[in-house]
Amino acid sequence: MFVRILALLAFSLSAPAVAQEVVPPPPDVFDSEGGLEVTVTDESAWQDLGIAIPAFATNANVPTPANTQGTGALGAELARVVYNDLRFNGLFKPTGPDSLPRPTYNQITAPAFNQWAGRRAEMLVHGYVRANEDGKLTVGCYLYDVQLQNELVRAGWVVEPSDWRRAAHKCADLVYSRLSGENPFFDSKIAYIAETGPKDARVKRLAIMDSDGANHRFITAGNATALTPRYSPDYKKIVYLSYLDGNPRIFVYDIASGRQQLISQSSNPTFAPRWSPDGKWILYSMAVAGNTDIYRVSAEGGPSTKLTDSPGIDIGGSFSPDGTRIVFESDRSGSQQCYIMNADGSNQRRISFFGGRCATPEWSPRGDLIAFTHIVGDLRVAVMNPNGGGLRYLTNSWQDEAPTWAPNGRIVQFFRTARGSGEASLWQVDLTGRNERRLPTPVGASDPAWGPVLP
Amino acid sequence: MRYQLVSTVTVAAALALAGCSKKAPEELPPPPATETPTPPPPAAQGPVPGTQAHFVQVMNGQDTIYFDTDRYNIDSADQVALQQQAQYLAQYPNVRATIEGHADERGTREYNLALGERRANAAKNYLVSLGVSPDRISVVSYGKERPKALGSNEQAWAQNRRAVTIVLN
Repeated sequence: MFVRILALLAFSLSAPAVAQEVVPPPPDVFDSEGGLEVTVTDESAWQDLGIAIPAFATNANVPTPANTQGTGALGAELARVVYNDLRFNGLFKPTGPDSLPRPTYNQITAPAFNQWAGRRAEMLVHGYVRANEDGKLTVGCYLYDVQLQNELVRAGWVVEPSDWRRAAHKCADLVYSRLSGENPFFDSKIAYIAETGPKDARVKRLAIMDSDGANHRFITAGNATALTPRYSPDYKKIVYLSYLDGNPRIFVYDIASGRQQLISQSSNPTFAPRWSPDGKWILYSMAVAGNTDIYRVSAEGGPSTKLTDSPGIDIGGSFSPDGTRIVFESDRSGSQQCYIMNADGSNQRRISFFGGRCATPEWSPRGDLIAFTHIVGDLRVAVMNPNGGGLRYLTNSWQDEAPTWAPNGRIVQFFRTARGSGEASLWQVDLTGRNERRLPTPVGASDPAWGPVLP
Repeated sequence: MRYQLVSTVTVAAALALAGCSKKAPEELPPPPATETPTPPPPAAQGPVPGTQAHFVQVMNGQDTIYFDTDRYNIDSADQVALQQQAQYLAQYPNVRATIEGHADERGTREYNLALGERRANAAKNYLVSLGVSPDRISVVSYGKERPKALGSNEQAWAQNRRAVTIVLN
């Protein structure tokens, strides 16, 4: 359905394949090998980087199910999606198609560099869209260094018309990765809880959307309160908590069939579901006679294994990217703190000793950091090293909680609750803590869960 | 004047609740505590004994016990309330009870679910110690999802850290 074409079909004559191999190395300022500090330092340099993203060209303006006005208008829409992806993450200063001249189809592989240099664009994104005879769309994406008059990278994709936005996200990912040295993340989805109604009778529904808020869909009707969803790594299932039978229980929801099943046949309440990175296991927490411990069960079902056994509340849990360790929260010491254990429950040890309370730890997909909710009166989103050192706040508000990582581990989403009204909204912030923005959702929103880059 | 205002608010709240349940009739969890906290002035003929309305009237506020931040211990005031509840349950041996555990909004969502569960169980255990059969008592936690007091201040949070007993028959 979604085929990546490494060598572009359209312009093989005008842009010989050899040209791709003499891509200049990225400027030193984009080198992130030095880790977080370097990234922070580099941010100002990134922000200065002007990127022109004019409308994508088309070989012929023909009808397509992806746009009522044809592939010509679709080309502008594609560029707008790329522009908004790159604009909202604080790394670049892109200029979008609505204030730029549109290149011709032939200029996509032979840009008018002097014209773009005159506009002070340092980087130039060109693209095209072409409707194929079978109804599918071919979308090409090119990144040029205007000063060097050089192509940096290119890629193309054949997509169903309904997936046209994915092609734009793939293009934004291509540009982002080439310029930042980081892994892609735009072509991904988010599950969350949509909230409506007054504070004491709030309706909470499971909902999903693309990483930019598009293709929004409510999954549950709101009859039963839904909380804390997590996408499976293959995006085929969502595990979440529902009060469907009156008690809080974890269900595994199959997106294609709409069917769902309980994760445990026990009559005890279950909370806080989490997938293992390989999708084979689900962690959950279960309260027995008031005492909550963490369990592991195969994603296919079957018996559960109890991983913790303390008289306190042990809850949550997040696997390290290699699946060998789990960070979780426990109040066995008297207050909520973060602990690490091996995936089989052995070698449990506390890692948070910096004061306050440590809650909802989430291991970065890169493995280098753990994001969590730090509670000292207010609730704030923070990160630390997996050994508990290097505490650093990413937010400073009255109540921010439940961080979830972008697939590339460079951005964290969370939800913010307003004092008084209790209105909840989704936010994201990068690791500098400086680029924070609210995500657009149709109604109130909480418990974001960011899935991996789409398969 | 003052009485009139109160009754207007009550009617508005009742309408709001009616509107909500109309939207979602089928699979609602047990009725939220918000339906019970302010009993209407006793009607001419009182509620049927053994019903939730009767329990609320007889308990006169002792259907709810309150907790300190992050705590789940049963203090002396809680003991008095639970003793009254136990007497009621002894008097009406055919009714069953659900204890709803709640937390205030100043904690993370998942931990508060576990905390509400722990509080409801503490109340249940005390009732059982007074001779109520554990088979008659179920518990459910709503964490911080169903506040009774709507403010964001110490007073409201103190009212929301609670375990509410509801009778079923």
